[in-house]
Amino acid sequence: MNPPDLITILISGGIGLVAIGAVGMAVSRHLLRLVLALALAEAGANLLLVLAGYRWDAVAPILTGAAMTRPMVDPVPQALVLTAIVIGVGVQALAVALLIRVKEAYGTLDIRELKTRVEQEICGAAGIAPPESANKPGSSQPYPVPVTTSRESA
Amino acid sequence: MHKLASLLFAMGLAALLIGLAAQLPLGMTPMGVGQAILERAPGETGSANIVTSVVLAYRGIDTLGELAILFAAATVAGLVLAPSIHAESQAKAKPRDDAGLVLRAGSDLLFPLLLTVGFYIVLHGHLTPGGGFQGGVVLAAAFFVSFLARPAKQPSHVGITLIEALAGASFIGIGLAAFFGGGAFLQPLLDKGTLGQLVSAGSLPLLYLAVGLKVGAELSGLLAHLAE
Repeated sequence: MNPPDLITILISGGIGLVAIGAVGMAVSRHLLRLVLALALAEAGANLLLVLAGYRWDAVAPILTGAAMTRPMVDPVPQALVLTAIVIGVGVQALAVALLIRVKEAYGTLDIRELKTRVEQEICGAAGIAPPESANKPGSSQPYPVPVTTSRESA
Repeated sequence: MHKLASLLFAMGLAALLIGLAAQLPLGMTPMGVGQAILERAPGETGSANIVTSVVLAYRGIDTLGELAILFAAATVAGLVLAPSIHAESQAKAKPRDDAGLVLRAGSDLLFPLLLTVGFYIVLHGHLTPGGGFQGGVVLAAAFFVSFLARPAKQPSHVGITLIEALAGASFIGIGLAAFFGGGAFLQPLLDKGTLGQLVSAGSLPLLYLAVGLKVGAELSGLLAHLAE
């Protein structure tokens, strides 16, 4: 495979991972899937960052053997990605720890079910009726009261 | 409707990124800072791995911030997962099963190997690809494998916290030693030695050893919390 094709594949792979992660975060109703989608998007972003410092004619920035004579790739993005990966692991571990507690407390990780449960809990603690759906009619009689003209009543 | 909107958003994001990538001279990137670092790093830090020079010497205080973030994440995860009274009574009522002979023997076999590989990666961070973060994860894996094989025998949380605290304190201590020695905070100390030797690059291997121990202790504590 000639080099230009390779970098096209890598770039589109990175962009695709970011896009898939974004769709997953927006669409998924399950909280664990949301965390996994975040991890995917993060992997894509890291790949793009490393690619930003890539050079065709260069080797890894470690001074042994071939690197003494040939140019080396940019070490700064690699160091940045090292930081990003470690912080990503910390964020994911924290998110999973919170999910374990949510599952213990509510028995579900589905966002919509969780929302109704939390609303019920809050309203129960505050002593008010839980909010109804916005699409539900406000009263038992959905339409305006028919206007009776004075002639009919007379 | 919601899904359609998010699909449109993701397509827009992808189009934006593709547009940006088409503009960038990828593959033959001009390197401003990178080129300067490549030229000066071997002489200034004595480390054969230039990524290590960047992580520990040029951006050392950034690495300290990263360790602080990891520490905060591990601490908060431990706080969130701290066993409540209810969960504790459940755990006492139902003792965990042993993982069986094959897994126990396998973990006993793997434990020294993983420890060796982990310390090798940590201590050669200034010579080969790798370093404190990568080796620390391997060290954490060594302890986690034995924990998975013997769920009843838990690693001591006090010991893990002690190692973590000592490693973090020594990282800051090396930085402060450089500061009071007349340099900047976390400026590389000691003799640079010969490029490519195991004992070279001054204080960078010591810093990476501290990072490795801290990352290993934090991750194994985190995994033990998650497994409980």
